[in-house]
Order: sequence, then C-alpha cells, then structure tokens
Amino acid sequence: MAEHIITFDKVNKWYGNNFHVLRDIDLAVKPGERIVICGPSGSGKSTLIRCINRLEEHQEGHIIVDGVELTDDIKAIEKVRREVGMVFQQFNLFPHLTVLENLTLSPMWVGKTPKKDAVERAMQQLTRVKIAEQANKYPLQLSGGQQQRVAIARALCLTPKIMLFDEPTSALDPEMIKEVLDVMVELANQGITMLCVTHEMGFAKAVADRVIFMDEGQIVEQNTPHEFFDNPKSDRTKDFLSKILGH
Amino acid sequence: MSAVFQSIKPRPAPVKTEGFVPWIRSNLFGDLRSSAVTLLIIALAAYVLPDLVRWAVLNAVVVTNAETCQAARGTGACWGVVVEKFRLIIFGRYPYEAQWRPQVATILLVALLVVSCIRAFWKPWLAVLWVAVVPAFFVLMGGGLFGLEAVTTDQWGGLPLTIMLATFGIVLAYPISIVVALGRRSDLPAIRSLCIVYIELIRGVPLISVLFMASFLFPLFMPVGKSPDVLLRVLVGITLFSAAYLAEVVRGGLQAIPKGQIEAAQSLGLTYWQTQRKIVLPQALAMVVPGIMNSFIAIFKDTSLVTIVSLYELTGALSLALNSDADWRPFKIEGYLFITLIYFVFCFSMSRYSLWIEHQLGRSKTR
Repeated sequence: MAEHIITFDKVNKWYGNNFHVLRDIDLAVKPGERIVICGPSGSGKSTLIRCINRLEEHQEGHIIVDGVELTDDIKAIEKVRREVGMVFQQFNLFPHLTVLENLTLSPMWVGKTPKKDAVERAMQQLTRVKIAEQANKYPLQLSGGQQQRVAIARALCLTPKIMLFDEPTSALDPEMIKEVLDVMVELANQGITMLCVTHEMGFAKAVADRVIFMDEGQIVEQNTPHEFFDNPKSDRTKDFLSKILGH
Repeated sequence: MSAVFQSIKPRPAPVKTEGFVPWIRSNLFGDLRSSAVTLLIIALAAYVLPDLVRWAVLNAVVVTNAETCQAARGTGACWGVVVEKFRLIIFGRYPYEAQWRPQVATILLVALLVVSCIRAFWKPWLAVLWVAVVPAFFVLMGGGLFGLEAVTTDQWGGLPLTIMLATFGIVLAYPISIVVALGRRSDLPAIRSLCIVYIELIRGVPLISVLFMASFLFPLFMPVGKSPDVLLRVLVGITLFSAAYLAEVVRGGLQAIPKGQIEAAQSLGLTYWQTQRKIVLPQALAMVVPGIMNSFIAIFKDTSLVTIVSLYELTGALSLALNSDADWRPFKIEGYLFITLIYFVFCFSMSRYSLWIEHQLGRSKTR
C-alpha cells in the first residue's frame, strides 16, 4: 500500500505544439486528503485534475493513481476510472435517461451489479444528496442545483476512492450554490479523497487540508488554508487573492 | 324596505369560437392577406377541379374494354386499364397460377413491418418473429421447397419486389450506416480512412451506376456460373449505396452530442462501445429521425431504378404490362396515377410514423 493515492512526477502537457498547459507538475496526495485548487482562468487547474482520470493525456512524466500508472493501456485507464468519480461544471447528466437510470448505468454496466442492488444503492445516494423524490424525473426537469447534486450522487454510485470536482458551482445561480456546497462539505467530512477546482474560498477554508494555487501551468504555492489565506508567500498569490477577496 | 329586484339588460351571446364556421372565419379569412390567398386558391380550384372531376370521375370508363376506352379518350379516364392489367402491374412476370404466393408472402412481410413499428411489441419475441417470417417470405417467393414450384428471381416482380427491396435495403443499410458513421469519427486512422473512402466513393456515383456494376460488371470478374443471384447483387448494391448516405445523416447526429456527455460516460468507467450504445447513439439517432426517415423514403422510391437491370418492380411491371399490349398502351397515364397512389400510401405512412417517433423521443426533453 503506497503512502500516496495520487502521485504526479514531473508531468508536462501541451495542447497542440506550443501551448504548454502543465509545466513540471509534482504533486502527491495522501488518502483522505481534501485539496482545493485555485488560480486564474487558463492556469491549467482543470487540466490537472482531468489528467487524473485521463480525460486529458499528459506527454511527459508519470501519473500514478491508486497504484496504477496512467499510460495508453486502456485496461489500466478503465481500472483507474472505476476508482475516480468526477463532477463537472456543466453537470453532464444524460438527458435521455431518468435520474435513477443515470445513477444505475455505471454500476450495472461497469460494475456488473444486478439491477435490484444498483437501484437500492442509487436510492441511498439520492437520499444522501437529499433528492430521492426526484428519482423518476428526467434531468432537464430539475433545477441546476438539483442536477449538480444528482451528478454528485451518480459519481458516488461506483463507491470511488477519489472524487474530482471541476468548478462544480460555477454554472449555478447564487441561491443554488449553497445546496451543492452543503453536500460537498458533508462528503468531505466522510473521509473520501477530494480534489476540487473552485473559487469558493469559504468552502476551501471550511474543509480543505491543503490549498494549491496554480498559474501559467505551474503550482505556484501550496499550503494549509489558514497559512494560504492569511500569509500568502508569492506575489502572484497575493495578487490573485486580492482580486477574488477584494470586494 | 327591501331591495327591489332589477333585471340587467340582456347581453348578446358571445361569438362562437368553436365549430365549422368560426374555424373558417379565423383560419381562412383572418385578415386581408389570408382572405386574398383563400380567394385565389378557391378561384384556382374552380378553374381546375371541374375538368379534373369530369375526366377522372364523370366521363371515366371502368369497363375493361379497350374500344370503349378509346372512344372516351381525351374526355375521360380509362380506369379499366388498371382492372384489366391489375395482376400484371402488381405481380409483374411472376407465374400467373402461383401469384397467391407473393400475395401471402408480402402480406406476411408488411404485417411484420407494422408489428415492428408498434412500441408495445418491442419485446424479445419480435426478433423470433423476424427469424420466422423472413425465411418464410423467401420460401414462398422462390419455392423449390415443400412442393412449391421453383420461381427464379428474375421472374419476381411488381409490388412484392418493391417492398422486399425497400425492406431489406433499409433493414441492412441502417446498422451498416451506424458502424460507418462511428468509423468515420474513429481515432484509428486506418478505419477512419476506410470509412471516408467508402462514403465518398459511393456518394460520387449515381445509384444507376452502382446497379449496373452489380448487375453487369460484377459477374465478369467471377468464374462463369459462379456469380451470386442478380437480385442478391442488386440488393447488396442498394444497401451499400443507401448506407453511405445514411451514415452521413447519422454522423450529423453524432457531431451534435456535446463532448461533456462522452467525458461523463468515460469518467464513469464506461468502455468505448458502452458509451456509444448507451449514451451517444440513443441521443444522436433521436436527433436525426427526420433525416433518417428521409433516406428510408428515398430508398423505397429508388427501388424503381432496378428496372434498368431487368428486374420488374412496381414501376417496371407497369411499363411491362402496357408496352407489350398495343390496345392498352395509350392509357399509361391512368396506370401511372394508380401506382402513384400506391407509392404515396407507403411513403406517407412512413412520413407519419416518423412524426410519431419524434413525438415519442421528444418526451424526455420536455418539462
């Protein structure tokens, strides 16, 4: 059992030939650690977490997730994806399936769970995100906040060891952000490994073990939330924090 | 002192908004422009319809007598030609005494198609039904088994041939088109190139050339007497031709699926084929139902081109029936109007069915 559940070792990634989106990323995440990643737009933070379940490929360096190195080996990728749940900015629920079908799809087809068990587990997860009564509706019949909670429940249905959140509240109306953050806080308190790209600094202060600041494809600074917010070291971090906390 | 009852003045009844007259008022004479258009169309109909009705109904001849028809020529339609040549038009050159066989076979096939179109019957036994009915169709048509006299495929003709070519053309082309459309978007260069070459090659030639090649050129490359049956070659030609066009329609749907849908499926651990089958195709195909049905209707009508390789489907059978008989040859228009009606019934049904499917698939999108 490795000490770290996710390891980035000198990871480099380019989009096309000249856009260097990740530069020499070194990162080690302990099981159960809760990490918030922030930084200006285009800094590579979404790309970083999308490399963890290989929605993006890296060109140099090594990424090891739960003891499996990510390469072109499709079997290894599928194995990693089974351990990693992901929540997207745009929810990405399947509009042609009901909420319940969205949740049971992966357990039934990937996990080979019998339908009865998959439904039972799905209802548990829906209850956990407080939306069980909407199980038979279609995603587009729900509000944005409800859809994002369904998306979280869907990611949890494979009982992942790691949860990735890619700006989960950025597409939501302000009054719906809280209901999603509440679910995320509750999840964080249950010991799952979490990496969350977000600008919700209140959330970072409340649950993060570590805050990572990225800029221009590099990890500029990382620290406990307390130190990060009260005592930022680099000028770029200070500049960023003054912009997002300045009003 | 109690209040004195005072009745209010009677009011006029509200203007009727339902029923025939109000409908006409609001839809045909709603404003000046629509009134003008309505009057124009009425005038046009008044100009055309009396002559048409006189020709098609009042002065029409329904007896199967070529001389009576000849006498009425120019003033009345000769529907007698349809009665006289009915079996030749419908069954082509199929042996006269055995024509009950294509009749039964076609009724079976059409019944199978109708059943397959009804949602309540989308159960596993439907596949069994297909496995039973399709061989039955070919046994009835071709004979040579169970004491049925063998009828070679060059004698098959008329409506049964049209329906058979369209049905199997569609049923075979549809899955091929999906695979080709997926292939054209594949990450594997070899597969992608192959699919592009196939689609562009087929789209670059008319169906007639494909049929010519299938019928006349293909046997030249085969050992003498070893070439597959002409009907089979033509069916393969129609299938490959239609599949290329359908593939582009399907690709249009595939491209409309947001990338996030595929990423979500991948993040849930679904494999490529699971993602396509459960997430991408159900949404993509639902989006392009009108385009797909367009292609299906085109396939149905394009079957009339097989006449040029001497397979007498409905259109070909009509020419055959009338060209060979000098007495009835002048009344081709009536014959063509008759098969027009047949084509229309099939194509219009397909069109309406497509609307129903769209309605069914649209449900999950609406609130």
